[in-house]
Amino acid sequence: MSTRPALSGYRKDFPALHQKVHGHPLVYLDNAATSQKPQVVIDALSNFYQCDNANVHRGIHELSHRASVAFEKTRERAARFINAQHTEEIIFTRGTTEAINLVANAWGSDAVKEGDVILLTEMEHHSNIVPWQMLARRTGAKLAFIPVTGDEGLLDLSRIDEFLTSKVRILALTHISNALGTINPVSELCAKARRMGIITLVDAAQSAGHSPLDVREIGCDFLALSGHKMCGPTGIGCLYGRLDLLETMSPWQGGGDMISNVDFHESQWNKVPHKFEAGTPNIADTIALHAAMDYLDEVGRERIAAHDTEIGSYAFEQLKRMGKIRLFGPREERSGLVSFLLHNIHAHDVVTFADQQGVALRGGHHCTQPLMKKLGVSSTSRASFYFYNTTEEVDHLIDVLRGIQKFFGE
Amino acid sequence: MFEELNDLYQQVIMDHSRKPHNFGILAGANCCARGKNPLCGDQIQIFLSTEDHVVKDLRWEGDGCAIFKASSSLMTDAIKGKTTAEVKVLFEEFHSLITTGKMSEDHHLGKLAVLSGVNRFPARVKCALLGWRAAMSALEGNPQSVTTE
Repeated sequence: MSTRPALSGYRKDFPALHQKVHGHPLVYLDNAATSQKPQVVIDALSNFYQCDNANVHRGIHELSHRASVAFEKTRERAARFINAQHTEEIIFTRGTTEAINLVANAWGSDAVKEGDVILLTEMEHHSNIVPWQMLARRTGAKLAFIPVTGDEGLLDLSRIDEFLTSKVRILALTHISNALGTINPVSELCAKARRMGIITLVDAAQSAGHSPLDVREIGCDFLALSGHKMCGPTGIGCLYGRLDLLETMSPWQGGGDMISNVDFHESQWNKVPHKFEAGTPNIADTIALHAAMDYLDEVGRERIAAHDTEIGSYAFEQLKRMGKIRLFGPREERSGLVSFLLHNIHAHDVVTFADQQGVALRGGHHCTQPLMKKLGVSSTSRASFYFYNTTEEVDHLIDVLRGIQKFFGE
Repeated sequence: MFEELNDLYQQVIMDHSRKPHNFGILAGANCCARGKNPLCGDQIQIFLSTEDHVVKDLRWEGDGCAIFKASSSLMTDAIKGKTTAEVKVLFEEFHSLITTGKMSEDHHLGKLAVLSGVNRFPARVKCALLGWRAAMSALEGNPQSVTTE
């Protein structure tokens, strides 16, 4: 542990961080949208295309063998990354969104019937709402939402037992809210749900690269994550599914690789996980995801989580001291992002002004329109941090925001 | 700190965004439309009263950024009293202005020219266009929600 460099020492590994934007050094604070990529991940991607490029699972030649081995090694690595019991419990998807769609289709179409309830929370990303709305429309099931307390952005669990009824088939919820920075008590909720025989899905898009993740400790049936928010490439993510559950599920997409035998009128399915991976997969990005997972564990996910809390709390306190600001998300135990509105200044104006000073923020509804409606706003500005961000960058953000307030006469 | 933005956020724009003109609901309007930028949440509802293809009066309501509000406000001032055909020409001139920064010698843009700086901020073009798209949609008798995506 003591031999590892301070977290700021890892900045040099990220080529994209070392540039000027509009004449100012880039301060990249849009990590909840996507993280920057370390050189090892970029190298893994180009090395694959330069040296090993071939299709997987179907070639006998050397390159195909190399590609297949590296591809399946990533599956083993991903299983270790989230402490899954079996390697087969990892299904590669394009990302979190596709992973949730897979569950809503492959599991939902058989398991959910008219009158059943799909339980979500009010702080879900569109990717954990819309696939369930589509499933509800197909099956006649209903959606229910665990409420959010208000600007503080905590789940209101005072009436949780009233929500966890015998009609509920699945509880799908986010681990860390991308709009509020709330860290939800997923282990506790999954345990409660399991006692009622309810299947659980955790959206780990914001947590996977930010804290240690243990699916057995969480006790969920499904967990979805995206590679690109955790130093990996875009277009690759994972669905974790409990093996016995995956084995009972029908496939959702048909094609090559997901079959064991095909006749003109009928086919037999391949075994798990291949049953859920039709067609040529995203081989290069999968292999680069392996490099990202190795890299994150070298940095240390406990350290990243501690840094998130520290920088997130620091930013929250500094923003509060500015005044004329509305802050969203928990006052304590927050993750590494802050969501806010400057009085009388629209989030998009804030983002445009910050961009001119080299600060990359996100402004908008963060793909959480229902949550924004509940909070009575159309958008917020968001600064989201990663382990390479520093408190000096937060101080720069605060200076820029004060400048914006001044410009707008606030 | 923000010298580069003085051009985009000129005083006229700041004034219109703080105190938008023709803001509110118009009773007895015969053309209405809604507009929305789904990616950012900006939204507008516009009410026009036309007679013999002339915009007699109009009001708008909406919520969004300073560029959107100023552009919508300036637009309502600009098209009041104009014929549908004149509004169409003006829209084309305005569209060209904020996407390319260019104005023809015989343009009719007037105060709308303060928005010329938008062309250097491609991400904000849709903010400046939303109100216009809603107005054009209303004049074409198409009340459904328009988007600028």
